[in-house]
Amino acid sequence: MIIEVKDLRKSFGSNEVLTGIDCSIAESEVVCVIGPSGSGKSTFLRCLNLLEEITSGEVVIDGNSLTDRRLKIDGVRAEIGMVFQQFNLFPHKSVIENIMLAPMKVRSLSQEQARERGRALLKKVGLAEKENAYPGSLSGGQQQRVAIARALAMEPKIMLFDEPTSALDPELVGEVLAVMKDLAQEGMTMVVVTHEMGFAREVGDRVLFLDGGVLVEQGTPTEIFDNPQESRTKNFLNKIL
Amino acid sequence: MAEGILTMERLLGFNWAGVIEFLPALTAGLYYTLFISVVGLAIGFVLGAFVGLGRISRFKVVYALATVYIEIIRGTPVLVQAIWIYFALPLIIQYTLPSVLAGVIVIALNSGAYIAEIVRGAVQSIEKGQTEAGRSLGMSRHMTMRHVVWPQAFRRMIPPLGNQFIISIKDTSLLSVILVPELIFQGRLVAANHFNAVEIYTTVALFYLAITLTLSGVLRLVEKRLESRS
Repeated sequence: MIIEVKDLRKSFGSNEVLTGIDCSIAESEVVCVIGPSGSGKSTFLRCLNLLEEITSGEVVIDGNSLTDRRLKIDGVRAEIGMVFQQFNLFPHKSVIENIMLAPMKVRSLSQEQARERGRALLKKVGLAEKENAYPGSLSGGQQQRVAIARALAMEPKIMLFDEPTSALDPELVGEVLAVMKDLAQEGMTMVVVTHEMGFAREVGDRVLFLDGGVLVEQGTPTEIFDNPQESRTKNFLNKIL
Repeated sequence: MAEGILTMERLLGFNWAGVIEFLPALTAGLYYTLFISVVGLAIGFVLGAFVGLGRISRFKVVYALATVYIEIIRGTPVLVQAIWIYFALPLIIQYTLPSVLAGVIVIALNSGAYIAEIVRGAVQSIEKGQTEAGRSLGMSRHMTMRHVVWPQAFRRMIPPLGNQFIISIKDTSLLSVILVPELIFQGRLVAANHFNAVEIYTTVALFYLAITLTLSGVLRLVEKRLESRS
């Protein structure tokens, strides 16, 4: 198991957002996390690369326990790509510079190697011609595809997606999902927090349903969407489908 | 009552051409004003950058030291700081600082405190998502600050920094009380000996204005250059 989560709890002050999550994710698995807003699904995702401190419990990524005090978190994060709802591209850097930065600084790639890798990734996400553009001049869908390319440039073993299409105009959602689908088919291990039930059903190997900080139910997309066992899952699906 | 009214004749009646004779003395003063401004602000900026980052440090001691420094400087007048460093400090350290060095120290320490607050504000104004994006790529705290947050924050610092630079340049005039031979110090020497206060002090004022207007112009150019790159 490349990701193992044991009794993960997370509190903000007295507010317990995650109340004991257990799950494990295998290599090349695509896991979609769904649930109502405020259910803790983004917090869960952010605990996987320690963007949120873990209150108690354990997260083990590829053999590294994130709660181990001796852990060098930067090294683990380099293996985990993350894509944010708000893209978070670096606005003062061009598209290619956005992609080249971390490989050069963290992986010590030369400028030429980083540029070559960046160009290949831009081609892959269909934005080869935008190499020298600045993020501010791109559409949301293009920005998110650059953000995916930027994460992939570190050649991560895992990709985390935090509602990657929620900030996009509806007509731009498809281009981002298409890139993610390609990635899934190449065997990338992916954890995707999403409201795109079509994507979860089609691309996901497994769906986790979170509500109130609890992992209420999990199963294959067919199990969750066509035959949910828990009433909370049924209620949620009734509201959105 | 005619002598109470400002007329063109009265203004022209002064010996404006005679100022030329005293330009070397004033230029010597201008040199010190510029020297102390440039060196003092350069040190002040470096100091301010570190102290400003200290104000957002997770280390409590660093934060406390930075805060104490800023509060002391902001809470006392520059004039008092200058007098203290030049006349009081030597009695404590048993060493008399040359007045120009004391002047540089005053401008550096004083501007450093205000620049620290400018730096802190600018760095904190950069969205948290930028840091998260940098860190999630495996970049260290330091790398993320240097390559992601700082360049963006720096752009936001330019207008308030320009303000502070202008204030500090004008503050150098107070250093005349600690005998720094800068612009207004020289002006007072000349005016006292030649009874041409109107001509000399007007010229001195124009010199200050020339420096600050040039600086404003340069800063506007820098801002435009940075803007066009994104």
